[in-house]
Amino acid sequence: MERPAVAAEPVAVAAHRDLSGVPLTPPTAGNGLHAVFKKRYLLKLLVKRELSARYQGSFLGLLWSYIGPLCQFFVYWFVIGTILGLHDNVPNFGVHIFCGLVVVHFFTETFGAGTRSIVRNKSIVVKLPMPREMFPVASMLVSLFHVFPQLVILTIACLAYGWTPDFVGMVALLLGLLIAMLLGTAGALLFSAANVFFRDFSSLVSIIQMFIRFSVPMIYPFSFVDDRFGAAASYYLFNPLADCVLLVQRAFWVGSTPHPDEVAKTDLPPDLLIWGLAMTGAGLVLLAIGQLVFSRLEAKIPERL
Amino acid sequence: MTTSIVLEDVTKTFKLRYHRTIKQVSFAKMRGQETSSVFKAVDEVSFKVEQGEAIGLMGLNGSGKSTLLKMISGVMKPDAGQVLTRGRIAGLIATGAGFHPQLTGRENLYLNAAILGMSERETNRKFDEIVEFAGLGHRLDTQVGHYSSGQNARLGFAIAVHVDSDIFLADEALAVGDKPFKRKCLAKMREIRESGRTIFYVSHAAGQVRRMCDRVIVLQDGRLAFDGGVEEGIHFLHYDGDDEEELADEETGDDI
Repeated sequence: MERPAVAAEPVAVAAHRDLSGVPLTPPTAGNGLHAVFKKRYLLKLLVKRELSARYQGSFLGLLWSYIGPLCQFFVYWFVIGTILGLHDNVPNFGVHIFCGLVVVHFFTETFGAGTRSIVRNKSIVVKLPMPREMFPVASMLVSLFHVFPQLVILTIACLAYGWTPDFVGMVALLLGLLIAMLLGTAGALLFSAANVFFRDFSSLVSIIQMFIRFSVPMIYPFSFVDDRFGAAASYYLFNPLADCVLLVQRAFWVGSTPHPDEVAKTDLPPDLLIWGLAMTGAGLVLLAIGQLVFSRLEAKIPERL
Repeated sequence: MTTSIVLEDVTKTFKLRYHRTIKQVSFAKMRGQETSSVFKAVDEVSFKVEQGEAIGLMGLNGSGKSTLLKMISGVMKPDAGQVLTRGRIAGLIATGAGFHPQLTGRENLYLNAAILGMSERETNRKFDEIVEFAGLGHRLDTQVGHYSSGQNARLGFAIAVHVDSDIFLADEALAVGDKPFKRKCLAKMREIRESGRTIFYVSHAAGQVRRMCDRVIVLQDGRLAFDGGVEEGIHFLHYDGDDEEELADEETGDDI
């Protein structure tokens, strides 16, 4: 059989679209976090997929996203509140816990599911070219999706206690969620890539999550920290998640107590919003570091899966 | 003529680890054994492909063909050298197109098309055509995990050929399909070729390469061993045994 002459090709080329205006680029050029938000349609599909797959094969399905925090809430409410007697020290201690739980659970879920996201989507990662940051970001968005029903419950509870929303409080809430989003995504990026190399990282995550639950003023009020550590208490605020929890408490819990002004004085640090802004900055820096490490490790991901 | 693909001294190194846990690694170190070894899957490969060329990439198993294709598609990054491409790339990297086993065929179709750069509207428009090409209408709402490898490949191929790409990559895409499907695929690929798109085709079937391609690149242990005409390339690989020509299937070019 005669092989087709190469000379015949230019005619065929004319039939296809002219590519001379398109630059030659590396096929991996358009990757990174900014690409994730350019491909919004793909991100939407991945979020939908993750929503249906996170509790794959379980009977209660998505309900698990609410059962977890609910159980934690009742354990804390009973053990810390009733047995250790914090109900007597902290007004509306239930709301106090729940404010913390909303943001802590959002962060730990993002961190945990995000860390496993690349390994879980192995079949796609090894065969198709795409910005792999998509997977941890999709995990974060799915966790964010679960935050809203919890906020509704929190709002209803607070309204029952005679809380009225205020502007500064809403700013605090948004700031708190933003910090948790930035940190969660940064952590998920770092750990999802690292988890490909050593699965040890997903075990490490659960230990970190345990530390996080105790390192924020959720099951104890900030006034305790202030009492015990005095001037050193401000170092406590260098934990960005502690600031997140305090910001959400500023938004809901403080206003739901009988004497908000006094509570704000004793149970919130001064300059809470400034701390919040500073931690948003820190979150952005961590996200940049996460992206940098991710891109470094990404080149080796397909071969190590 | 426009250049479609450029490879400059592209190298990809893989590290093989023999031990995974800290215990194994430290024992091996104490005994003075090696804990890992490095090998070059692709070793300083350079070539240029013009728009509209149809390349047959050949070589023995483990010669680095798939790794090379993965770097052209953007799934992998080279450790040294650079890969440059022009335009949109679509194709199949090995059989099974990177589907999620727990999702249905329909969900995977949308996801896969989106990853290959198709918009929602474009996918909706081509949906029926893709399903018809794959011939999987009745199994579309079954989880892909329950598909046979042939069905998997059919769906993957159907999506890939319907992407409006400038470069089409196919890695032994037809190895598992049945004969009627192979015939359909070859016809479709010829169509792609005639439309002036660049084709990169990995195959062991000399007959198929002869039909599809106008240039052959042969890899040997990750190095570029041959780059030139189709017949010479096939001869270079000694794939043109005396009796093979008569045995090749008339329609699909498969060796029987």
